[in-house]
Amino acid sequence: MIEVIDLKKSFAGTEVLKGVNLNVRKGETVVVIGRSGCGKSVLLKHLIGLMKPDSGKILIDGVDVTTLKSEEMYEFRKRFGMLFQGAALFDSLTVWENVGLALLEHTDLSEEEIRKKVCQKLEQVGLDRLDDMKPSDLSGGMKKRVGLARAIAMDPPVILYDEPTTGLDPIMADVINELIRRLQKQLEITSVAVTHDMKSAYKIGDRLAMLYGGKIVFEGTPEEVMASQDEVVRQFVEGRAEGPIPVYQE
Amino acid sequence: MNAVEYVGRTVGFSLAEVGAVFLLLGSAVKTIPKAIRQKKLVAEQMLRIGIGSLPLVLVTSIFTGGVAAVQAAYQFQDYVPMRYLGTVIGKSVVIELGPVLTALVVGGRVGASIAAELGTMKVTEQIDALETLAIDPIRYLVAPRLLAGLVMLPIITIFADFIAIIGGFVVALIGLDVSTHVYFTGLKLFLHPSDVLSGLVKAFFFGVIIAMMGCYHGLRTQGGAEGVGIATTKAVVSSCLLILITDYILASLLFSTVFSG
Ligand SMILES: Nc1ncnc2c1ncn2[C@@H]1O[C@H](COP(=O)(O)OP(=O)(O)OP(=O)(O)O)[C@@H](O)[C@H]1O
Ligand SMILES: [Mg+2]
Repeated sequence: MIEVIDLKKSFAGTEVLKGVNLNVRKGETVVVIGRSGCGKSVLLKHLIGLMKPDSGKILIDGVDVTTLKSEEMYEFRKRFGMLFQGAALFDSLTVWENVGLALLEHTDLSEEEIRKKVCQKLEQVGLDRLDDMKPSDLSGGMKKRVGLARAIAMDPPVILYDEPTTGLDPIMADVINELIRRLQKQLEITSVAVTHDMKSAYKIGDRLAMLYGGKIVFEGTPEEVMASQDEVVRQFVEGRAEGPIPVYQE
Repeated sequence: MNAVEYVGRTVGFSLAEVGAVFLLLGSAVKTIPKAIRQKKLVAEQMLRIGIGSLPLVLVTSIFTGGVAAVQAAYQFQDYVPMRYLGTVIGKSVVIELGPVLTALVVGGRVGASIAAELGTMKVTEQIDALETLAIDPIRYLVAPRLLAGLVMLPIITIFADFIAIIGGFVVALIGLDVSTHVYFTGLKLFLHPSDVLSGLVKAFFFGVIIAMMGCYHGLRTQGGAEGVGIATTKAVVSSCLLILITDYILASLLFSTVFSG
């Protein structure tokens, strides 16, 4: 369903993505793991057209999204939900307006129906009764969950998660993992998640892909990752300072 | 470095940017039919630009009118009779001082706040988030501000003209011994509707400039808090400069067409 082909991207002369290849099938969750700063968020932003690659293609259901015109791009994005690493809530809007904005803009639902739906989404992420608060009144973890509620508000068939569990306490992290799992199982949602939380990666991922040095260096099921003898993968998964991955990059 | 380039650089504006601003303006204008239906967003911006600016414009205008009176009286000396005081104040306020000073004051206030708001949204990925929700930031953010700017500036200018003429009147009455009757007869003597209209045409363009400079610099903000600061400064400096330049161009055009015909 999602096919990333030889994706390259540089910023001011530094090549961050050096030819990424990745396949995501319909209804599966692929977790991209990798060190901080290796380009995981950049990869995710390419999938939804927020960034344009220097070269390479991204095919979604066979359509190359890197060449879409802007109206086509907006149409195509209605099928996507994205959770930002920093939540990126609209700070001039209340929590319920944040979650309900897409419904307000793209559907003919009445305000009452939207409120109901927003409530339901907020409950799913373990939040209620903060509808009329502003994002600035929320804790980091709460913001993250409001961001998640916003991403799933339109019930999109594809969801991109940028570090869904960072900043959450272990119990809430598990609730979110369960939610992601449930969305995928019940609604056959296709998702790409980015994380360096291995516990979450094992739990939500059908397959894991490791981004290292601007390329996907390993792909496999959680079992395959655990059994892998690849030194780079082992070092990351076990979280060791010693190994082939240099601690200080470049 | 030639002179034009130097001025451009100090103002923070290159020729390529002029193109980019017109592109943004073009796309914003294209979304106006849709934007008009977002009544809540447009109304919010109108309140912010219009009502929010009134106190500042009120004070500015009173003093502008007062200064115009003192200045005119000094220049009249004994050569021009005081019954023309109202005429001179009326004309200069309505054609020039009202629209330009209002635009400069509102530009400082509103241009900065638009740039800071959109700039913060940019660096905290809120603009990206709008995009992922399939909401065009130009329709959702730029068009309502543009609409509010081009509607509200002429309205505030009418208010400013009125207050400045009153300000001039107060000074004339108290400080210059010009009676109410004399002042207002003088005012009506040569003040044509086309004078008022030309001031409002200017205000319309100034409204576009203020909104566009705020949005343009806000949306291209880079980096963090520092970037927002830079964008804010650029928005204010460039809108003030463009207001003065546009004023000159419009004045030349209007004088050669409206007033001669
Ligand atoms: N808009 C941008 N302009 C310039 N450089 C950028 C931009 N976005 C990302 N980068 C660079 O690209 C690299 C990868 O950034 P990215 O945010 O994708 O990292 P990440 O893998 O998501 O890290 P983390 O796990 O810490 O979120 C970084 O070195 C960053 O400096
Ligand atoms: Mg990241």
